[in-house]
Amino acid sequence: MSDTLLKVRDLKIGATIYPPGERPRDIEIVHGVSFDLAPGKVLGLIGESGAGKSTIGLASMAYGRGGVKITGGEVWVNGRDILKGSHKDIRKLRGAEVTYVSQSAAASFNPAKKIMDQVVEAAVEQKKFSRKEAEARARVLFAKLGLPDPDNIGERYPHQVSGGQLQRCMTALALCPEPDLVVFDEPTTALDVTTQIDVLMAIKEAIRDTGVAALYITHDLAVVAQVSDDIMVLRMGNTVEYGHVDQIINNPQEEYTKALVSVRSIEHEEKAPTEEPVLSVRNITARYKGTQFDVLHNVNVDLYPGQTLAVVGESGSGKSTLARVITGLLPPREGEIEFAGRKLSPDLKGRSREDLRELQMIYQMADVAMNPRQTVGTIIGRPLEFYFGMRGAEKKKRIIELLDEIELGEKFIDRYPAELSGGQKQRVCIARSLAAKPKMIICDEVTSALDPLVADGILKLLLDLQKIEDVAYLFITHDLATVRAISDNIAVMYQGKVQRYGGKSKVLSPPFDDYTDLLLSSVPEMKLGWLEEVIAHRKMESAGN
Amino acid sequence: MSPIVKLLAQRIALSLLLLLLISIVIFAGTIVLPGDVAQSILGQSATPEALANLRAELGVNDPPVQRYFAWLFGAMQGDLGTALTSGQDIAQALSSRFWNTLFLAFWAAVVAVPLAIFLGLLAVRFKDRWPDKMISAVTLASISIPEFLIGYVLMYFIAVKLRWFPSVAMVNDNMGLFEKLNAIALPIAVLTLVVLAHMMRMTRAAILNVMQSAYIETAELKGLNAFQVIYRHAFPNAIAPIVNVVMLNLAYLVVGVVVIEVVFVYPGMGQYLVDHVSKRDVPVVQACGLIFAAVYIGLNMIADIVAILSNPRLRHPK
Repeated sequence: MSDTLLKVRDLKIGATIYPPGERPRDIEIVHGVSFDLAPGKVLGLIGESGAGKSTIGLASMAYGRGGVKITGGEVWVNGRDILKGSHKDIRKLRGAEVTYVSQSAAASFNPAKKIMDQVVEAAVEQKKFSRKEAEARARVLFAKLGLPDPDNIGERYPHQVSGGQLQRCMTALALCPEPDLVVFDEPTTALDVTTQIDVLMAIKEAIRDTGVAALYITHDLAVVAQVSDDIMVLRMGNTVEYGHVDQIINNPQEEYTKALVSVRSIEHEEKAPTEEPVLSVRNITARYKGTQFDVLHNVNVDLYPGQTLAVVGESGSGKSTLARVITGLLPPREGEIEFAGRKLSPDLKGRSREDLRELQMIYQMADVAMNPRQTVGTIIGRPLEFYFGMRGAEKKKRIIELLDEIELGEKFIDRYPAELSGGQKQRVCIARSLAAKPKMIICDEVTSALDPLVADGILKLLLDLQKIEDVAYLFITHDLATVRAISDNIAVMYQGKVQRYGGKSKVLSPPFDDYTDLLLSSVPEMKLGWLEEVIAHRKMESAGN
Repeated sequence: MSPIVKLLAQRIALSLLLLLLISIVIFAGTIVLPGDVAQSILGQSATPEALANLRAELGVNDPPVQRYFAWLFGAMQGDLGTALTSGQDIAQALSSRFWNTLFLAFWAAVVAVPLAIFLGLLAVRFKDRWPDKMISAVTLASISIPEFLIGYVLMYFIAVKLRWFPSVAMVNDNMGLFEKLNAIALPIAVLTLVVLAHMMRMTRAAILNVMQSAYIETAELKGLNAFQVIYRHAFPNAIAPIVNVVMLNLAYLVVGVVVIEVVFVYPGMGQYLVDHVSKRDVPVVQACGLIFAAVYIGLNMIADIVAILSNPRLRHPK
């Protein structure tokens, strides 16, 4: 088959795991996956964490991360089975025929070397181009990828450019040796949504203009729908569904694919504000110690009992700083906070135990927010002891009640955090904060580290618990789909200011201010051609202005 | 002022302050020590009058603060006082010995530092395979055996049995460079064995730490071979910890060679110091202590400066 660039047959990949207290053993993580990729085409690999999508992508370069080993099957690139090649053959393939773009360009660039040295390295080392030719080519790519000052940006060090720019540089790095295939491994996942759309468009155009084929790996079906010709849905190392992008998005056959396409099915009716807010943030201005600029400017928001206020914004917008101010970790420069009818001390030290009990917090990283050497029972029992002085049977009864509320049940009481999945860990953190019987919980990006279906379950749980416990949520997130799903009120933050604030229906309906419009229109939609539409629309608007 | 200049200025100022504090400690320490110099100089002929006269002459009766400042200002102008026992000018007596010690330390470093770094790179390249294990075992064994024992063993086999190099490392100003190097070959070998393990293991650990980074994966996926990955991408990011341990060992080479100098009868500072400690010659001990402290602080300061300069974030601010 001369028209096939990459042919994968019955690929099996294994890894050695080291379970605590047991002997290391080998497990299989990819169980016989097959696909074809023609020159110039893009195949999207999609799945949740642990689906094996990155592992498969790296296998097309005969690379196993950590202790991962390719145990069976064939990987044909340009008519050669690379798994049968020698070390030298494989080295000639990497960086010349197949190149790689990683999720975090910030970590994947060597901090001690100039960008240009790294971008041209593979092309020069593999004798594809002379150093001079490669540099000229890199500058053309920088310009094509929309990088500012393409002639000189290569002279900078990685820390001197922004995250979105670095991700484009990584794409230039991958395209510079004129490869036949590029493996894109979640290239836009770490970016803000308004940055993602530009990088996505740059990648798409670069693929089109250079005629390179690509494997595009992501967990976000809406993103992969914009760039792929074919899509393969993976789950736990198996192929769930494999077909043309149009069929997968518009006519999915398998239950799992249908669930992925229709994720975020939560409908939540907006509640009207009641009379007295449980939390009033008044004219808060704050800055970090030793810095010269305010990260929050005159912020005013209210949160009503039993309701959810979503604080949405991109990285650097000040949303997490707002949480630090409310919890007392960062005393504000100006302004005050009223909570449950009383004024809160700006400083954590000045707050009473009752203040602490009624204002709880859940974090993004559930696994680092728990002591790994304590059992689930101990973790949830601690606030019961600390705030209510519960002991023995009474405490155990309440722990079991809470475990039932988070849909885990009594059998989890003696488990350790390491034995739980990501979603289960976050549930335990929710139970721990509920144990204090708070009036309000600050949820800081609590679903960001979770797979979409798991995140959906957590959001549903939070909404159910809100009805039972009548607790208010201050929900900090960068994800607008989450905001739509659970909020009653929304505050859009931008550069430390509240850009837009009010009821959900009002904030999410036109007329928009410029920033909110940009933010909302940047969220990828599960629709073919969405990316082109948005870009065309924006070009028209800027031409009109 | 750019942040890097400020950082460097701070670091240098801190070193000077530290050196000043150390000088106080050295001075105070030698005062607190028991024993009477006058008594030990006069020995049998110590009549009360002679003792009182000698003490007045030595300035032992002046208030300590006054003596400290007199000593400090003297030292800053290169006047380290006179040795009590021989009446020699200390600075003069020390200078040739100090250069001898530096000479030995320098050549030991010339051999040991590149060798240690090369072995560290080799150990990383063959991590957990036999070259790595052998390098670790040999260097650890050599650091675990007392240096005087290694010294005597080498002396027996290489100097006495094989007669390749002299057993006594006598050098003087009339010798040419090659002659001198021939004379100190054995002490260099011993010192190298002593400092090799520490530097090599630190190099290995620092590079292995960097090898976990995502940019190493990027380099591997460019099709570079293992040595290119280690040398081009891992090593530049491991310079700071490596320079730190190298400087600590260089300091040891200058300050800690006392035993080796005695074993090989080498005319360096160590032997001079040992001689005068046993004679309770306080000015000499103070002078040597001050010089050793300055070397130690200076080398560590260089390590920190290199670490600051090797950080691209500081060298090239946004």
